[in-house]
Amino acid sequence: MIISDYEKIVGKNIIYELKLISKKLKKKRIQCINSTKVGGGVAEILSRLIPLLNDLGIKATWDVITADLDYFNVTKAFHNALHGRKVEISQSMFDKFIATGKKILNDTKIYGDVVFVHDPQPIMLVDKKTKANKFIWRCHVDVSSPYMEVWEFLRKFIEKYDCSVFSSPKFARQLKIPQFLIAPSIDPFSEKNRELTKTEIDSVLKKYGIKKDKPIITQVSRFDYLKDPIGVIEAYKLVKKYIDCQLVLAGNRAADDPEMDMVMNDILERKGKDPDIHVLLIEPERNDFDINGLQRASDVIVQKSIREGFAITITEALWKSRPVVASAVGGIPLQITHRYSGLLCYTVAGAALSIREVLNNPEYARRLGRNGKEHVRRNFLSTRHLRDYMLLFLSLYCDEGVCYL
Amino acid sequence: MNWWTKRAKNPFQFHTSVHLRELTGRKARNVHELVENIKEVSGSVIYYHTHVFLQKHQYLSPEPPNDFAYWVSQVLGEYKLAEELTSIDICEFSTIRELRERIIRVIEKFLFENKEPLRYAPKGREFEFIKARSYVIPTGFKARNLKEFSMILDKITIHSIYFHVFEARLRLEKGINDFSFWVDTSLGTPELAELFSSFDPYSFTMEGLRRKLINIVSGWCAKNAKR
Repeated sequence: MIISDYEKIVGKNIIYELKLISKKLKKKRIQCINSTKVGGGVAEILSRLIPLLNDLGIKATWDVITADLDYFNVTKAFHNALHGRKVEISQSMFDKFIATGKKILNDTKIYGDVVFVHDPQPIMLVDKKTKANKFIWRCHVDVSSPYMEVWEFLRKFIEKYDCSVFSSPKFARQLKIPQFLIAPSIDPFSEKNRELTKTEIDSVLKKYGIKKDKPIITQVSRFDYLKDPIGVIEAYKLVKKYIDCQLVLAGNRAADDPEMDMVMNDILERKGKDPDIHVLLIEPERNDFDINGLQRASDVIVQKSIREGFAITITEALWKSRPVVASAVGGIPLQITHRYSGLLCYTVAGAALSIREVLNNPEYARRLGRNGKEHVRRNFLSTRHLRDYMLLFLSLYCDEGVCYL
Repeated sequence: MNWWTKRAKNPFQFHTSVHLRELTGRKARNVHELVENIKEVSGSVIYYHTHVFLQKHQYLSPEPPNDFAYWVSQVLGEYKLAEELTSIDICEFSTIRELRERIIRVIEKFLFENKEPLRYAPKGREFEFIKARSYVIPTGFKARNLKEFSMILDKITIHSIYFHVFEARLRLEKGINDFSFWVDTSLGTPELAELFSSFDPYSFTMEGLRRKLINIVSGWCAKNAKR
């Protein structure tokens, strides 16, 4: 897609405004760096935004670091620790992080005027900062209650950056550098979010053996304890006492997520012999189309996470005008105004009650869906994200409260 | 006189203003902490929670015109205080400083009179103070007369309308907006200027405000066509 394709979604005036802003960045080279180009929300966001930045005339590139599985096991443990989960963190893990970080430093070429580093895996790259470049650290996880030893370890690197970016105000920490708030976004034309025909939706259901004879409750997420798939099953069972329905748990495996097998075993054990619980491991090649179809076919979308960064799956569901029931954690309350564009919950029982409300009141469900879609159009599409990124890059060169460009 | 095409002394140059949000790390769990922080934060924080908040939410239905009122109502359930905060007539104020002082007075009055224990926000629903960093950009659109002015109003972003209606009032410190100032000084139409500045822009949705402004122009031109 090119930027003018978005005119029919957000209006010509918004696209015109983006072009005005982009003219101020024509001379800057933006280098984005993360840990994987496959799987997970970060890769999804960068794969969209880099081409659009280029289409706006900005020289933006995307590089990934390479490291061994042991290193990614350590960073996964750090990821869980940052989310506040109890994990064993040993000195040898910190040592491994530093040793591999040095190798990554050695192997990674830094050439951008602005170097945009995502999440902890490449964080040590800031040691290549010079007077000629600017470094931004982008945090995609919920760090509102981190395991402090890990946070303090990373903070030493974070505070070397020119600024940092978080997805929610709840994630603000005490840092000596500016912290900006930029919410993630979705692309309305992507395979995951474009309009689908009824035939296409039905083909997805048929592929996974799901019949449309009962209401469908769906959660789409990585298979991860922090997404509370067991809690979702429990909520489904409470709903099932009153409404004959079915549950879909759908997700895939990200390249840097080694603990998935354990989670999957627990889910299958809790599912037992219930034929109305569908646990789907979507192949990466079919991920986007299948997820799109499953979300559009669903009567209610659930996101009962214990911790979240932003929960981009919520944005996807809202864009499809699906009624959403979600935990009030992480960035989710930024997307859902309770009872206006979705329903927020705090417990399994609360989730079950909200799901029943939506299934029993289709007109209310449709209204929630419409409001949710409009909220996403204004605040969580690629165009808004592009604007925020461009302003972020400009902020490195103008730190006044009001900048006249 | 054809007011549609009467040439202005100076063209109106449309600008737009877009914002980047900066986290301050400050949070409030109850009304007392809310007001203590309001006293200390910079003006750009007050500006964000009374103006930028508006842009993000006021597209479908007019919501409370400030973030403080929204939080006090939706999270703390202090509806009377929320209503008092909502009812602050932001149009009265030509500076952020004055607006801040009014908000503080309203909340302190509530704290003085309130005999009930303070309500606390649940964990994770604290009020988070955010600062706005603003970037002002010329759009390249210029109106030499009311016809062009109306056509451009129809197609610019709400950010631009916002800049010229809401931010201008604070920038000019005169209690009037850019449109009012222009038609008065460059077109010599004080009556039209009065129409632009005499309604409450905070009580409209963003698109409703756009239509209101366009209708003011067309209505006035039609009424004065034979003048």
